[in-house]
Amino acid sequence: MSDVHVPRLASGVRLHRDEVRARDVLLFPEGALVLNDTATQVLAFCDGVRTFDEVVAAVSELYGGADVRDDVAELLAGIRDQGLMDRDDE
Amino acid sequence: MTSNAPQVAGQGVGIPYPLLLVAELSYVCPLHCPYCSNPTGILGTKRSTELKTDDWTRVFGEAGKLGVLQLALTGGEPLLRKDLEELCTAGRDAGMYSTLVTSALPNLTERLPGLQAAGLDHVQISIQHSNREESDRIGGAVSYDKKLEAARRVVELGMPLTINVVLHRDNLDDVGELIDLAASLGARRLELANTQYHGWATVNRAALLPTLEQVTRGEQVVNEKRAQYGSSLDILWVLPDIFEDLPKPCMGGWASDAIILDPTGRALPCQSAATIPDLEHLSVTEHSLFDIWFDSETFNRFRGTDWMQDPCQTCPLQRQHIDFGGCRCQALALTGDITATDPVCHLSPHHGALVAKREELLAVRDEDRPAYVYRTTSPARG
Ligand code: SF4
Ligand code: SF4
Repeated sequence: MSDVHVPRLASGVRLHRDEVRARDVLLFPEGALVLNDTATQVLAFCDGVRTFDEVVAAVSELYGGADVRDDVAELLAGIRDQGLMDRDDE
Repeated sequence: MTSNAPQVAGQGVGIPYPLLLVAELSYVCPLHCPYCSNPTGILGTKRSTELKTDDWTRVFGEAGKLGVLQLALTGGEPLLRKDLEELCTAGRDAGMYSTLVTSALPNLTERLPGLQAAGLDHVQISIQHSNREESDRIGGAVSYDKKLEAARRVVELGMPLTINVVLHRDNLDDVGELIDLAASLGARRLELANTQYHGWATVNRAALLPTLEQVTRGEQVVNEKRAQYGSSLDILWVLPDIFEDLPKPCMGGWASDAIILDPTGRALPCQSAATIPDLEHLSVTEHSLFDIWFDSETFNRFRGTDWMQDPCQTCPLQRQHIDFGGCRCQALALTGDITATDPVCHLSPHHGALVAKREELLAVRDEDRPAYVYRTTSPARG
């Protein structure tokens, strides 16, 4: 099964390193979403160029080749549900 | 990933770092909304007293280091600052997500590409009514067409757009049309905020106060429209607390996440706090934002619960950490005591007086309602 859509942050959404609180956040109109380390790693690969399959491969490599496909899909879907991500195929 | 409301202990014990900086760049405004929450004391203010570009730039840097994530560039009308582009860049350099809160006048459409290039993230445009003549009448200036033009440009440029409408007697029946208008403009968020009676809104209370039926119907329409538009339009609806019997946590609690800077650089935990007489107004021209936030008496004054009196001190509902005893300015205005329980609370001994005042205002017949006193900084307009 291949999935070649390109996941990317919605316009007006930015990844930000919150130094004071030592964590990463997504910033968007009037809000901030606190990210855990995995979420930050995954989003770092969502550069608007890599396809979903490529993001999964890159994350998998960080975890010694583990099968992370479902975890990545779930994580990105969660962020999409909050209106913070787009797919290029819709 | 966790919640939406990050709270981390800061310097002083239990004091969180701030999340929001509201920069009121200028009190001057091309509009004259009678519900404006700016203090009536702005009458006669001179632009020469506004902070200089360098001051704002330095303060934005301090705010970023203090953990502020959101920057609101507001006023009056922030577009009146010729250095707005520079200030957007300073906000971006400090790591903050910036929102321009604007009437769209005099020239938002023309300046948008430059503002976006300079680092502006998000635009919030006010609209007064879905009908052009009404919108222009309420705002006290011909502005409707320019607002719509600017809103469309924001969306064309791919920036997130919020429309905000302050609701009152003359536009509450228009809520459905306002929601459709915001959706048709491509807004992602719509803030429908019922007038809170501070600043100029207090002067105009008898003209602005809606009926309870209007508010109830408005809420119904909002719920229907939410179902219609789903997640494509995020509709916020804020009830006027004059119709409630439990207070709101003013600003999420005194000095818990926001710093407001007026155009001259005076720092307060809340815009209305300027009405509290013995509160020292520290200026960012003399103090660091860090010291103001953690160490000033002004910001520490109503933090925690030690300052509370009864009924808050021994609240039977255990709401001390939910509403923090309500609005300090409202408590002062209606009871004469700054540490009193907000009279919106049904447990306050002054709640009855608030209800009586509300009933008195509601009894005013439409034909007897006073005309608007338009908000202005110019004594000549009067
Ligand atoms: S509420 Fe109206 S008058 Fe007040 S600052 Fe906003 S646009 Fe200007
Ligand atoms: S008594 Fe004070 S703390 Fe309790 S609900 Fe009323 S305002 Fe809130």
